[in-house]
Amino acid sequence: MTDLTKLTLAQARDGLRAKDFTAPELTEAYLAAIDAADALNAFVHKTPEIARRQAGFAQTRLDMGMSPDLCGIPMGIKDLFCTTGVPSQAASRILDGFRPPYDSTVTELLHKQGAVMLGKLNMDEFAMGSSNETSTYGNAVNPWRRQDDATPLTPGGSSGGSAAAVAANLCAAATGTDTGGSIRQPAAFTGIVGIKPTYGRVSRWGIIAFASSLDQAGPMTKDVRDAAILLRAMSGHDSKDSTSADLPVPDFEAMLTGDIRGKVIGIPREYRMDGMPEEIEALWHRGAEMLRAAGAEIRDISLPHTKYALPAYYVIAPAEASSNLARYDGVRFGRRARLAQGDGITEMYEKTRAEGFGPEVQRRIMVGTYVLSAGFYDAYYNRARRVRALIKRDFDQVFADGIDAILTPATPSAAFGLGEMANADPVQMYLNDVFTVTVNLAGLPGISVPAGLDARGLPLGLQLIGRPWEEGDLLNVAHSLERAAGFVAKPDRWW
Amino acid sequence: MAIDTDTARKVARLARIRVEEERLPALAREFDAILGFIEQLNEVDVEGVEPMTSVTPMRLKRRADVVTDGDRQAEVLLNAPEAREGFFAVPKVVE
Repeated sequence: MTDLTKLTLAQARDGLRAKDFTAPELTEAYLAAIDAADALNAFVHKTPEIARRQAGFAQTRLDMGMSPDLCGIPMGIKDLFCTTGVPSQAASRILDGFRPPYDSTVTELLHKQGAVMLGKLNMDEFAMGSSNETSTYGNAVNPWRRQDDATPLTPGGSSGGSAAAVAANLCAAATGTDTGGSIRQPAAFTGIVGIKPTYGRVSRWGIIAFASSLDQAGPMTKDVRDAAILLRAMSGHDSKDSTSADLPVPDFEAMLTGDIRGKVIGIPREYRMDGMPEEIEALWHRGAEMLRAAGAEIRDISLPHTKYALPAYYVIAPAEASSNLARYDGVRFGRRARLAQGDGITEMYEKTRAEGFGPEVQRRIMVGTYVLSAGFYDAYYNRARRVRALIKRDFDQVFADGIDAILTPATPSAAFGLGEMANADPVQMYLNDVFTVTVNLAGLPGISVPAGLDARGLPLGLQLIGRPWEEGDLLNVAHSLERAAGFVAKPDRWW
Repeated sequence: MAIDTDTARKVARLARIRVEEERLPALAREFDAILGFIEQLNEVDVEGVEPMTSVTPMRLKRRADVVTDGDRQAEVLLNAPEAREGFFAVPKVVE
C-alpha cells in the first residue's frame, strides 16, 4: 500500500469512500507517523485511544454509505480549542491540568462529521507569538531545514504545531486560529495552505480567547482544495457566539472552477516595504504574472493606512487580551500558585499570574492594562479603534472600485532559526505580521498559498485577501495561483 | 513618553501580576519600546472618524430571556484548584 499519510484530505476522503483502505488503517498510519516525529514537538497531547474509537465509528458510517467529507479523516487540533476530557491549555502553564467538560463548537462540528482527533497541537502561549517559542511545551520545530544547514527553524506561530504537523504529514489537516496572522504566517513558513475566514464565519465558542474582535479559526491544509473542504465543515452560525454570522455556508469545493478570467486582482503599493528581501519581491511579481496569465486583470491599488495597522493592532489586541485573560485568577480552573502563610486573595492572584503566564503574555496583558487605564484610554485605545476604522475603509474603497482580491506577500522572510530572535526587541518579532494583520483588523478573509522556495530551499508564501463572505471566490483564485505556481516540494525527512 | 518604574509598578499591580522590584526597570524599558512604536498612531488624522466597535456591520442577535443551562455544579467545580462543599475555595477575604 502507498504511504497513506501522503494523501491530501480530498484523496483520503475519496479513497475511504472507494474502500481502497479503511478509516482505522488511515488512522494507524498517522499515529505511527506521529510517534516517529517527537523531534518536531508538534503534537503535545496525543489521543490515540480517542482516535481509534472515532476511526471505528467512522468506518461504520462509511460502510453504511453515509459519509460526510470528513468521515474518517485524521486531524490535529490546536491546543486553543477546548476538547472534552483532553488537556486544552493554550500552551500556557496557567492552564496546567485543565480538562474542559465540553467541546468547542468547531471540534464538535468536526466530531459530528466523523473526523478523527489524533491529538492537540503545539502553539504560542495564548496564541501570542510568531515563532511558537512562547509555548509552555517548548518549541515546535519546522520540518523544513535550509540546504546544507541543520539549524532548527521555527514553523512560525502562533499555530506552529498545526503547520509543522500538516507539513510533515502527521495529520491530514489541522485547525488553526488567526488573530494577527497566526494561520497564514506559519502556513507560509512550512509550505502549506492556511485560510483565515471572514470574521464571524466560524464560531469562536469554546476556543480560548485572545482578542475577541480579531480571533478567527480556520483550516491549515496540504492544498487549497482541502482548505475549501475543511472550511465548509468548520463554518456556520452558532447561537453560542453572538458575533457568529447567520449566513448560508456555500460548497466551497464546488466553487474551485479554476476559471478566474476577468477577475480584478489588486497589488497594494504600500505592501512594498523598505528592506523587503528581493526574493519576496520577485515572488510577489511572479504571482501577479501567473494570475494575469490565467486571465485576471492586475491593477495597482493603494491602501493608505497600511503602515498604521501594526501599531493599531498592538493597542487593540493587548487591550482585549488584558480583559479576556483576567479570568485566569487561580480560582476556577488551571493552576494556583503555592501561597505563603498569611497571603490573602490579592497575593493569590498576583503570584498565580506571575508564575502561570510567560513573559510575552505578561507583557501584552500589562500593555493592554496600560492603554485601557484612566487617562490613556482615549489617547491609545480609542485612537487605535479610529485608525482601525480607517484601515477597513481603505479596503471597502478598493472593493467598491471593483477589486475582487488583493495579492501580497504572506511574510517578510522565510522561516528563521529558533532562538535567532531571542535578543531582539519585542517589536522586531511583531513585524512578522506586517502583511497579515490588516486583514484581521478589517475582518476580511485571507489565505496563504505556497508559491516557491527561496535560495536556501525554504518555502515562501503569497497571500490573497478577499471580499467579506466571499471565501469561495477567494479560494478559487488561490486554487489558480496554486496550480500555476506548481509548488510540490516537501521537506526531506530528518526527524 | 518615558515610562518610569513607578508607572511599571502601578501597571503590574493593576494587572494583578507580581513583578519583583529589580525587574521593574527592564519592564519599563520594554513598555517604552512598545509604546514608542504605538506613538506612530498620532500621525493619523482621525478627525470625525468613529472608533470601530464591530468589524462586520451586524446587529447583535437577541435570544429569549430564559434559562438554557444549569444544575452542573460538579462540572463547574471540576477544574477548580480548590473546592469545598460545593464552592470555590479562596484565601480569607474579609478580616
